[in-house]
Amino acid sequence: MAREIMQAVVDGILIGGVYALMAVGLTLIFGVLDIINIAQGVLVILGAYLSYSLSVHLHIDLFVGLLITVPAMFVIGVVIHWAFIRRLRGTERTSMTLLVTYAVALIIEGILTKIYGVSPTSLNASYTVNSVKIFGFYVTYIYIYGFILAVALVLALYALLYRTTFGRSVRATMQDETAARLVGIDVNRVAALTFGIGVAVTAVGGMVYGATNGGFNPNSGYDLISRLLAIIILGGMGSIGGALVASVFMITLESVVTVWYPVWAVAVFYGALVLVLVIRPTGFFGRKAVRAQ
Amino acid sequence: MSINPPWFSRNAIAMSAVAVLSVGVLAACSSGSGSSSSSSSSTSTSTSPSSSSSASSIPAGPITIGASLSLTGDFEADGVAFQKGYELWAKDVNASGGILGHQVKLTILNDNSDQNQVVTNYQTLINSDHVDLTFGPFSSLLTGPASEVAARNGYAFVEGAGGAPSVFDTPSNQADHNVFDVSLPVADELMPFVNYIASLPASERPQTAAYPMAQDPFADPPVQLAQAKLQAMGIKTVYSNIFPAEPSSYTPAADQVAGKAPDLVVLGSTDVPTVQAFMKAFQQQHYLPKLFIAAAGPDQGTAFTSAVGPKNATGMMVPNGWYPGYANAASQKMVNEYVKQYGGTASGVNADVAEAYSVGQIMEQAIVNTGGIDNTKIIAYLHSGVTLNSVQGPVKFDALGENGAAAAFIFQWQDNGTNFVQVLPQGTSGSVPILAKKTAWSTS
Repeated sequence: MAREIMQAVVDGILIGGVYALMAVGLTLIFGVLDIINIAQGVLVILGAYLSYSLSVHLHIDLFVGLLITVPAMFVIGVVIHWAFIRRLRGTERTSMTLLVTYAVALIIEGILTKIYGVSPTSLNASYTVNSVKIFGFYVTYIYIYGFILAVALVLALYALLYRTTFGRSVRATMQDETAARLVGIDVNRVAALTFGIGVAVTAVGGMVYGATNGGFNPNSGYDLISRLLAIIILGGMGSIGGALVASVFMITLESVVTVWYPVWAVAVFYGALVLVLVIRPTGFFGRKAVRAQ
Repeated sequence: MSINPPWFSRNAIAMSAVAVLSVGVLAACSSGSGSSSSSSSSTSTSTSPSSSSSASSIPAGPITIGASLSLTGDFEADGVAFQKGYELWAKDVNASGGILGHQVKLTILNDNSDQNQVVTNYQTLINSDHVDLTFGPFSSLLTGPASEVAARNGYAFVEGAGGAPSVFDTPSNQADHNVFDVSLPVADELMPFVNYIASLPASERPQTAAYPMAQDPFADPPVQLAQAKLQAMGIKTVYSNIFPAEPSSYTPAADQVAGKAPDLVVLGSTDVPTVQAFMKAFQQQHYLPKLFIAAAGPDQGTAFTSAVGPKNATGMMVPNGWYPGYANAASQKMVNEYVKQYGGTASGVNADVAEAYSVGQIMEQAIVNTGGIDNTKIIAYLHSGVTLNSVQGPVKFDALGENGAAAAFIFQWQDNGTNFVQVLPQGTSGSVPILAKKTAWSTS
């Protein structure tokens, strides 16, 4: 039994890394723009399909393909912001973005269905099935690479926000949009670039998800989005590191429960969210100031 | 590493929590847009002597038939295949002059694979669109609640993908007997495989078996029955668990199975991604079961082989009542028409297409033989003990609407995943020798 639990913990940590890759873009966009991007799940699938096209049609390695898909997704993100998000203003903005991004999700899903059809597919390479034995457990290379990518991505986003001029503009915009405008920051440009970055990092999540999951089709994004939202709430909305910690925590918990009662695994996942929020309403890394407001 | 803005308020958390909880509702609502979409099939008339009659009680105009299908959502691939089957049948019927001289018009609504939406759709079809007849949706999960709507309104509910015992055990069907499944009842579908294991010398039988099952009324009953029978033969169960239909990942459950290294895996699956996830995880764990059979997934033609890779598909087995090579003239005609209309190859035709086509055929025979579209007469006729014909073979309904004439077969991918062939029961017409051992995993 101890071995089974250890296997479940290993699985949970590694799969948690995959979910972190999908969730960081979501929490970045919320933290900066106050937008709950319901389209995030479908954007993950879009990222997976872009990698699929490069891999199958142009025979480009999945990781090398990120050099193309990440910039492509950045452009898509900027376009989505320009076309749908930037016009939303006023007190209802946050709630309106729920509907608008849901509409974006439907549009993208429709386009993907038209292009790729409804049959499930997956991303394949030698490292998606080959594994290495570590402490008696087979660990697939793609999971190892995915987890390293997740940590690297969190560190890179942190460096971008706290070690660059652009990051200072982003944080200034977050703190007081009006004051940021007064000191000469192009707030609209910052918002568009941030949304683009949030979507761009999703390309990485999409590729790793497509390579580790059993299969995906244009509709798979809806299964993801509720989990991703749960993860960023638990991690503390807007907290990039929190997304990584919460992903690993939630998926490991679900994985361990699978050892005994698989049928309860999903219920425990969401039950843990409720329990943690009761004890700590701001999530793992939310600010105390939130409670004072 | 927090980048929370200072104006990040409690309202935002509340909004987010609401978002999480309502996402499922939103997803379901996608069928709101989808459900308004309908497809009609109606082509020009050319009278068919065999099906035209001047004595019919059908009002002027086309015979309208309504169905709800999962054109989006978890059952999207199956729902779309079913749509093709229904539309192919309607096209054939209309091209041959319709039924009793009346064209057929299909109205298909999208239920987004959602149990609530499927109920709404049939209420719309019956009470708002006033369709003459109803065809069933895809999956036992949706057929159960949908059939109750049909029963309340006195409609015969002929369907092809609701074979779970729970569909026939609904109070409405127990009372009204309005459900008719033209396909193989699922509970017994693994029995040819069980009988095959029983026929092996004890030394050649698998010693251990695992039974992972998705939480689904279609997937579980046949696997549980097979487990009981195989255990009685002395085959040790090392894993038997039901997992949620949509976990974060199938890998933990699959790794648990791989860790037990059973000789035989009987997977209670509902779709290709579930089977694919287990196969991939087994390969990652360097585990190869000697025998691997799944309740559904490998029967999906090229959708399966392209997802898992043809070489990996080799040796995979699945129960079913039909396959594209089925030696039946009507079946061969349908397969040829399908390939002509939708492209691909004969071996890539999804079994869902045949199930849907059969629904149309059975309803057509009921209309012709009752001389009209009176649902009460159709229900009585279908329960009369008559044997009907379909592309899946003979159809004869018992008191609860199960097809007692359907034969169960086991199919297997062979020849590097290029041939999907009938292997069990051994010695039956059409069966070829079984690959008694799953071939090794391939990375290509």
